[in-house]
Amino acid sequence: MGEKKVDARGLSCPQPVILTQKALEGGSDSLEIIISSEVSKENVLRLLNKYNMKTELREEGDDTVITAFK
Amino acid sequence: MQNIFASRIGIIIAGGVIGLFAAFLQYWGNPPNMGICVACFERDIAGAIGLHRASVVQYIRPEIIGFVLGSFLISLVTKEYRPRAGSSTLIRFFLGIFAMIGALVFLGCPWRALLRLAGGDGNAILGLLGLIVGIAIGVLFLKNGYSLGRSYPNRASSGWVFPLFMFILFLLLFFEVSSAEGGAIFLSEKGPGSMHANLWISIAAGLIIGAIAQRSRFCTMGALRDVILARDFHLISGVAALVVVAFIANLILGQFNPGFEGQPIAHADHLWNFMGMLLAGLSFALAGGCPGRQLFLAGEGDADAGVFAIGMITGAAVSHNFAMASTPGGVGEYGPIAVIIGILFCLLIGFTMREKLTV
Repeated sequence: MGEKKVDARGLSCPQPVILTQKALEGGSDSLEIIISSEVSKENVLRLLNKYNMKTELREEGDDTVITAFK
Repeated sequence: MQNIFASRIGIIIAGGVIGLFAAFLQYWGNPPNMGICVACFERDIAGAIGLHRASVVQYIRPEIIGFVLGSFLISLVTKEYRPRAGSSTLIRFFLGIFAMIGALVFLGCPWRALLRLAGGDGNAILGLLGLIVGIAIGVLFLKNGYSLGRSYPNRASSGWVFPLFMFILFLLLFFEVSSAEGGAIFLSEKGPGSMHANLWISIAAGLIIGAIAQRSRFCTMGALRDVILARDFHLISGVAALVVVAFIANLILGQFNPGFEGQPIAHADHLWNFMGMLLAGLSFALAGGCPGRQLFLAGEGDADAGVFAIGMITGAAVSHNFAMASTPGGVGEYGPIAVIIGILFCLLIGFTMREKLTV
């Protein structure tokens, strides 16, 4: 499966984590997750770490974009 | 900036610090098994400003003020302060009201449930079981797409409102403002409201806890939710640390008295201890944080969390004015029916506030 996008801006945890998990369980090898809070960033990164995904981060204005891949 | 408090050891330190301060705040004058209780202390604030007239539970608790301002200040320093609002505000207000009604049937927030356990109060077990069941119901809703919707960035001033409100409460307390003969603010002369540590000790403890909890994201509801939802044991290690440290400190300070009957500021009605906290747990899960966490979020600019906290203060007034709050003598006359109504309200919200989970 190709790259999927998760827009979790403004959602409070655990929703960004649940959305990310759904995308992973849907069989995506690579994911782009947009989030707007530090807490969500930490939580999503912890989840991706559990799934042994590699991650790259970049800032887009006030938001953070996490790119995750196998 | 690297956030050491986001690590496993960081959350354990946070829980330990809260447990330690709670045991010592009790030793220094706060009510028994109530070194810190967010629900009880917000209830005392509601009484102090005259929203309810239960004369034994009226005091402006500096710990609450410290939690918000500590979180506010540290989030400014670490640049995590982010004013945001607009996620189902009115629903959050009513979730706050019902969360408080449930908490006051049990007589405590999750923090106090843990502290009561650490002080030997067996009734806390029923409350904690209710809390777990309530949160588990919330998790079912979350798994099925429950969402209060997005919040949006807001102007800086929208995030100042709640900390400013807290600062004004501090001024009211510091100057012991009297509006009129026999008028607000009210400060209890007997009962739990009259029992408190020195103002400066309380505010200092509150500020330190507020800062550490903001950094570590300490949340009792989140802790149980993450275990149930994802077998994630990160936050719960902080909760465990709170109980262990408070328990050891209580042993050393001679504050550990095991039993069910005659426990301080508690009753032994097992069913309603359980049901009260079930309602509270479900409300916290739907609102995304325990009462403490809501205060820390409000401090870092989350106006929706501030509304939930104001809802809790309002809920305390409703509870006492309508004879729903429990006393050490037992459950209030209208407590059980209020809990049932609250649970129905939460179920309605849980079933109707759903977004399609598409990714």
